[in-house]
Amino acid sequence: MNYSVRSATVRFGSTLALDDVTVEVPAGSVVAVVGGDGAGKSTLLRALAGEVRLESGTVEAPPRQRLGYLPASSGSWAALTVTQNIDFVAGIYGLAGDELTARRAELLDRASLTPAAGRLAAQLSGGMRRKLGFVMAIVHRPSLLILDEPSTGVDPVSRIDLWRLVSEAAASGTAVLMSTTYLDEAERAAHLVVLDSGRVLVQGSYDQVRAGFPGVVTQTSEPVREEWAWRRGRLRHEYWPGADPPPGAILAEPDLQDILIALSLARRHMVPS
Amino acid sequence: MIVKEFRELVRDRRTVAMLIAMPLLLLVIFGYAANFYVSSVRAAVVGPQASRAAALLPSYFDVTLTDRSGDEAYAETLLRDSKVDVAFVTGRTPVLALVNGSNLFAAQSTVAALNKAGREVTTQVLFNPRLKTSWVMVPAIIGLILTFIGTIITSIGLVREREAGTLEQLAVMPIRPSQVILGKIAPYFLVAALDMVIVTVLGIALFGVPFRGNPFAFALGAGMFLFVVLGIGVFISTVSQTAGQAIQTAFFFLLPQILLSGMIFPLAAMAAGVRWIGYLLPLTYFTMISQGIMLRGAPITALWLPFVVLAGMAVVVFTGATLRFRRDLAPGNPASPPREQQTAAEAVNTA
Repeated sequence: MNYSVRSATVRFGSTLALDDVTVEVPAGSVVAVVGGDGAGKSTLLRALAGEVRLESGTVEAPPRQRLGYLPASSGSWAALTVTQNIDFVAGIYGLAGDELTARRAELLDRASLTPAAGRLAAQLSGGMRRKLGFVMAIVHRPSLLILDEPSTGVDPVSRIDLWRLVSEAAASGTAVLMSTTYLDEAERAAHLVVLDSGRVLVQGSYDQVRAGFPGVVTQTSEPVREEWAWRRGRLRHEYWPGADPPPGAILAEPDLQDILIALSLARRHMVPS
Repeated sequence: MIVKEFRELVRDRRTVAMLIAMPLLLLVIFGYAANFYVSSVRAAVVGPQASRAAALLPSYFDVTLTDRSGDEAYAETLLRDSKVDVAFVTGRTPVLALVNGSNLFAAQSTVAALNKAGREVTTQVLFNPRLKTSWVMVPAIIGLILTFIGTIITSIGLVREREAGTLEQLAVMPIRPSQVILGKIAPYFLVAALDMVIVTVLGIALFGVPFRGNPFAFALGAGMFLFVVLGIGVFISTVSQTAGQAIQTAFFFLLPQILLSGMIFPLAAMAAGVRWIGYLLPLTYFTMISQGIMLRGAPITALWLPFVVLAGMAVVVFTGATLRFRRDLAPGNPASPPREQQTAAEAVNTA
């Protein structure tokens, strides 16, 4: 089952949050949404979750019973213990008794949260709390899982744990749509959606995005056009949308960060991609 | 730093409102409402010489009823039902003046005025014979506690859910907005009801406050009042993003209730321009009910007006606030799962 947002336009007052955005989320795969602040990532996720009204467009989403959602906030109740948080959400989805006990134990074990089962959510570290939020989002085995920046502010080890949980959910057939600010995470997704100012700059697999990237990127210590350059380590990278760098320029192999920045610059300078 | 602080201040509308509106409010309240002196009381004169006695009374007594056939029992009924503050029973020497002790400040000034009449009048204070302040304050304090829990605690509880982002999570779960609202409000309703019982029992035990009326009528009035204040709490939560904002806003609702509901300053002593504010406040009507039932044993028929007003307020405020909260909870039409192939137009139409 594929879920999707098609030709979605969302407006908050005079701000165009999403502009004719189409994204498909196939079952059993992870779709990652990347983009800068205010790009429209959360709005896209919330549109699929039915949390924002579309000005135009359609949403294909499962019924609420089959939807799992982790908001950008902690996603858990601070004054409840880990177990109480899971049980509360599970109860809403109709899980109870032995089925709940078994599911809770399985998820706590997979998220390495078993030793913290009796602790208040407020007493958990940031990474543990996000993992708890994730566990709460998948406790009912949703067919569509929406994760709003699940790993933001999480330490590298917990990020690995979280990504493993996301991969396992997808492997079990769940369609996963997640936003992230970590491009290395996005590169691992089956499908990438790069958003900028509410519009899709590019989407596809990582390889497709790279293959379809127009123009070239050069590396230098002194860029020719400051407005097309950005810092990468000790050097600067510079984008040439028309693939016309000056003779002798050193070409760089653009990674996702380069692609994202280059396409955003192109959009700002109104160069058709 | 100073410029930065002013810029921040100007953008914080609630603080600006507190800085400007609160001093004005306090000035108006303490200028026009802070008055313990009652210049006139409602009076009834009954018995065979009712008309003649009424004509002899000084202007302090605003005679609203004369009845030549009325007796002492009838006079007591008039006081119990709060039709008048003092009732004179003629046809005996000296004339008997029955005073409604549940209306404390009116009673105090009436007793002082009657004392000047010397032996011509026998004064008897009913419902609060020793004119104890605690007897009239405890029924009002019950209302204040309900207001505090209903307004501040409820709004903080709801806003905390919004602050933590868990409200957003609840909104996408298969749980109806009405269930979320009920689940959030029911605990506060029960805690407030428990608090009410504790304060009432303690008031009776510690201060000897009587409970002369029907407990079920009292519970009914308290229940309706709770719906009003819980509705105010829910409303505050819909206009606040943080607990601090909720407390600030609740303060605007609480202060007038404390000062203008007749709990501290008698409504009759307030300037007419301020008194009408008191008549817009739910605590005014709950105090009428609680004092009427506890101190005077007034039946529900005698308190129909505050009951009807509170019922109206409960329906309007609670319904309006919960609808507003529901709107916040369900911006994207979650009321119609499953949402297969739902278009934006359908979402708008079914919202």
